[in-house]
Amino acid sequence: MIVETEGLTKRYGSAAVLNGLDLEVAEGSLLALLGPNGAGKTTTIRVLSTLTRPSGGSARVCGFDVAEQAAAVRGVIGLTGQYAAVDEEQTGRENLVMIARLRRFSRSAARARALALLERFGLTGAADRRVRTYSGGLRRRLDLAMSLVAPPRLLFLDEPTTGLDPVSRTTLWDAIGDLVRDGVTIFLTTQYLEEADRLADRIVVLHNGDAVADGTAEALKSSAGGTRLDLVFGCAEDALRARGVVAGAVDGTTLAVPSDGSAVHLHRVLDDLLAARVRPLRVSTHRPTLDDVFAALTGAAA
Amino acid sequence: MTASLTMIGRSIRLGRRNLDLVIMAIVLPVLMMSLFVYVFGGAISSVQSYVDYVVPGIVVLCTGYGATSTAMSVADDMKKGVVDRFRSMPISGAAVLTGHVVASLARNAVATFAVVLVAVLMGFRPTASIGAWALALGLLLLYVLALSWLAAGFGLIARSVESASLLGFAMLFLPYLSSAFVPVTTMPPWLRAVSEHQPVTPVIETVRALLTGAPAESGWLALAWSGGLLVVASGWAAWLFGRISSR
Repeated sequence: MIVETEGLTKRYGSAAVLNGLDLEVAEGSLLALLGPNGAGKTTTIRVLSTLTRPSGGSARVCGFDVAEQAAAVRGVIGLTGQYAAVDEEQTGRENLVMIARLRRFSRSAARARALALLERFGLTGAADRRVRTYSGGLRRRLDLAMSLVAPPRLLFLDEPTTGLDPVSRTTLWDAIGDLVRDGVTIFLTTQYLEEADRLADRIVVLHNGDAVADGTAEALKSSAGGTRLDLVFGCAEDALRARGVVAGAVDGTTLAVPSDGSAVHLHRVLDDLLAARVRPLRVSTHRPTLDDVFAALTGAAA
Repeated sequence: MTASLTMIGRSIRLGRRNLDLVIMAIVLPVLMMSLFVYVFGGAISSVQSYVDYVVPGIVVLCTGYGATSTAMSVADDMKKGVVDRFRSMPISGAAVLTGHVVASLARNAVATFAVVLVAVLMGFRPTASIGAWALALGLLLLYVLALSWLAAGFGLIARSVESASLLGFAMLFLPYLSSAFVPVTTMPPWLRAVSEHQPVTPVIETVRALLTGAPAESGWLALAWSGGLLVVASGWAAWLFGRISSR
């Protein structure tokens, strides 16, 4: 296990942010820590990356205790925080060379490493512009590149795509996927079920500083009721008639039908309805959101 | 060592690119010299020419602005997560602060040079020997070093960049309550007591004496103040840096 925590707690005054968190992350995997704001995601990353001392319990990264062997931990991790911590008044290249020099690369090796990373992350065009002029997506990619100057065994990504536009988000997801294929273990936090679903081998759901679920994206989604089709009819009577044809729950003019999300299933439902001469006005596919997962896991209203 | 040099290079590069800091370091000394020599100077009678009298005071006044810039830079790094990035890497905390402190020295050196240059244009004619110049600059260096560490500490505890600038308020006020601009003998006794028991007065008196060839009577006192402040301030800043992890 590259990350192991046992009963990890962190409190600020009387407020407990982490409540006895137990976590294990296997080497080479991508774990997504999923939760809303205030669940303790960032605090977990801060503790594991030695930025904040835990109040209790233990945490080991690559076998090193985060509190007692912080220097050893820092040697094997990379961290990209929630707010891209890059120097605005330096160019992308200067930022990378600086990190390489701090990682004890020689001058020429630092320049070569910076160039390689600029190319890898599609930053060569912006390399000699000051970061102040970068878009959000460019900035995040530079931030990620800076965490990879000395190839880490474990990379922490704290909400890597929060605030990015959809295109930049996809680009960053591809970059993260490439890293996993290279064998880097990744520990990321996110508020988006879609992101965790797309990237993670395993998802841990954090709620009030404790893990409330642990499993694959599929398992989580089925716990939240899986995908469903929402069929909207012209009147409530039609919706009730439709329920006689396909099983589901009626709410006003809407019939909600459990589904596997496949086109085949959608086709069959529509065929059956048309055969019975009940025509829906609109069809939408509803995939469970983080809110649904949360509602299912915590019993709280989403 | 490489880490410290890299951090120094970073802070100096960032300082050079920050227009506010450049203006602060070069334009401010010129304005202050003009203000004191041409506006107030005529009304302040002293035994020597006023420009000779006021140069050390302006230098020290400008170090106050320099220290404020340093505190704000450190606070900015804290706020933007840059300090966290460095702390997650295997480099010493000392390197992170050293970068700011050395850049602060460099900025103050530029400001001091600007003050002296403008003063010479205004008729400043120091009579000091090379040795006396070296002693004066050495004392100023020690004083600025202490002030820079104090500024780094303020930057670490400040809750925002704006509150870091409050340090400047104290640093800019002290020279006015010293012998920087008028001899302390002209002050009411209680103010004179304040003025004689703060670090700025002995530093200014010593530098002035060295530059004009007078006996530097408060030299040891200036050295004690600056050295003491350096030990306390650098220890305080290092302690604060170590405590960030408990936040």
